Amino acid sequence: MIDIRIQSSNFNFEEEIKKFQKNKIDGALVCFLGSVRDLNSGEELEKLEIEYYPKMAKKVLKETAKKAFYKWGLSQCLIIHRFGKLNVNEPIVLIITQTQHRKDAFRANEYIIDFLKINAPFWKKEHTNKESYWVEQNKKDLDINI
Amino acid sequence: MKIIFFAKIRELMGKEEENVSFPEDVRTVNDMVSFLREYNRSYHNVFENYDFLIACDEELVDMDYKISETREIAIFPPVTGG
Repeated sequence: MIDIRIQSSNFNFEEEIKKFQKNKIDGALVCFLGSVRDLNSGEELEKLEIEYYPKMAKKVLKETAKKAFYKWGLSQCLIIHRFGKLNVNEPIVLIITQTQHRKDAFRANEYIIDFLKINAPFWKKEHTNKESYWVEQNKKDLDINI
Repeated sequence: MKIIFFAKIRELMGKEEENVSFPEDVRTVNDMVSFLREYNRSYHNVFENYDFLIACDEELVDMDYKISETREIAIFPPVTGG
């Protein structure tokens, strides 16, 4: 089962994990949770705004999950990505991969987040107490071999 | 053809979308970029000074991609999700 959600509302990752634990056969579950960070020295981050291209974002996340699903034999895969204005420490993205063996669950999860980082059409804009600016792509993300 | 913009490029263009009619000799993304560069100052500024990606009907494409069958073109900065 592949579940893709793009939403402005917050999510409860513990609840999402509990749903996965109902699977009695596949015991390996890997969860990636990305949250809003405040890394700017001197300026306080007030909001992180996330804009996205709805039709394409859904398509990219679905195709990425599908690739991982078949390549690593997943039984379940969930991707939640948020948009709108978020506060520091609020969750942005949740990826859960579940399969029989831990290595496959880890690899599938890493593949999804790495692929998403350079292909899924989401953009972050930071609003600090002084100014607002679009976040630049981290060039290191482009070097990852996926 | 419908062109849509996102994030910083939407702000630089000052609009979310517009329709542009391309002459027949605009066949690839590269031709389109060359045409738009001369179309107005906003496009010229975006293509000259900023990193951008192009998606045709929700698929990222290269500069040699043929746009004849495309319904919607999106121009946006490198992505920063996750």
